[in-house]
Amino acid sequence: MSHAAVAHHTSTGLDNRKVAFWTFIGSECLLFGSLIATYLVYQGRSISGPTTHEILNIPLTSVSTFDLLMSSLAMVLALAAVQRGDRVWARVWLATTAFLGAVFLGFQLYEFQHFVHEGLGFTTNLFGSTFFTLTGFHGAHVFVGVLWLTTLLVRSFQGKLGPQKALNVEIAGLYWHFVDVVWIVIFTVVYLIQTTPLPAA
Amino acid sequence: MTEHTDVQHAPEAHASTRTYLVIAAILTVITIVEVGVFYIPALHVILPPTLLILSATKFALVVGFYMHLKYDHNLFRAVFVAPLLIAVAVIVGLLFLFRVF
Repeated sequence: MSHAAVAHHTSTGLDNRKVAFWTFIGSECLLFGSLIATYLVYQGRSISGPTTHEILNIPLTSVSTFDLLMSSLAMVLALAAVQRGDRVWARVWLATTAFLGAVFLGFQLYEFQHFVHEGLGFTTNLFGSTFFTLTGFHGAHVFVGVLWLTTLLVRSFQGKLGPQKALNVEIAGLYWHFVDVVWIVIFTVVYLIQTTPLPAA
Repeated sequence: MTEHTDVQHAPEAHASTRTYLVIAAILTVITIVEVGVFYIPALHVILPPTLLILSATKFALVVGFYMHLKYDHNLFRAVFVAPLLIAVAVIVGLLFLFRVF
């Protein structure tokens, strides 16, 4: 098996890098859990607008959510291609994943710019502060992921991303999918539930 | 001294390409249902629980199949699920503490 080239002994029988990365992802759960909790605690407590009902664009965000979900599909296909030593398709799917991540960032930048234009800045109200902090942290994670994927793509073109390096791609994939699941929660909690129109008084 | 064993690499235990495509289709359908439910006024009474269930389903599908947690070692499951449960407890605890419910 090609992995034998990099196999080594550990007390758990598992690769330390993968154990460490899952632990890191666990810590990221706590980070985003705290940010989501803060957003929810302060939602509806802004004393001035704009607020969720007035400003969030559900159709636009639905498209960007679909974009990120499809990037996760491209990521697992990239990993499968690397594992079977298919360099061409590994490059295609890695490039697709990075591209879809960049498109998501484009959507987010457009949304932020639109919000600022509509008068919602970071310090405008509690909604602005918590919304930009939560989605900004997520966007920063996507940005890091795009850089990481681009690095893997470059390594692939250098001929240094064969099956023996599949674990590197798998770990990058774990990061990318985690960014995706965080957005699944944000899309539901921030966009869909919080923007539900209030019943008429 | 702990007995050392070979590092486990099990890419062959991962799902097939067909499974990945089926999961992507399911994720797409759930997302369409989520957005569709949002726009149906009659369903707004049950909107939050419905959306949370759909979102949790998407979360579990991505973590289980795309992150391979369904096929991987229990230790990975433990180091992910334990902090996840703590995060959920923090969210619920803070919502009660600040009387959001």
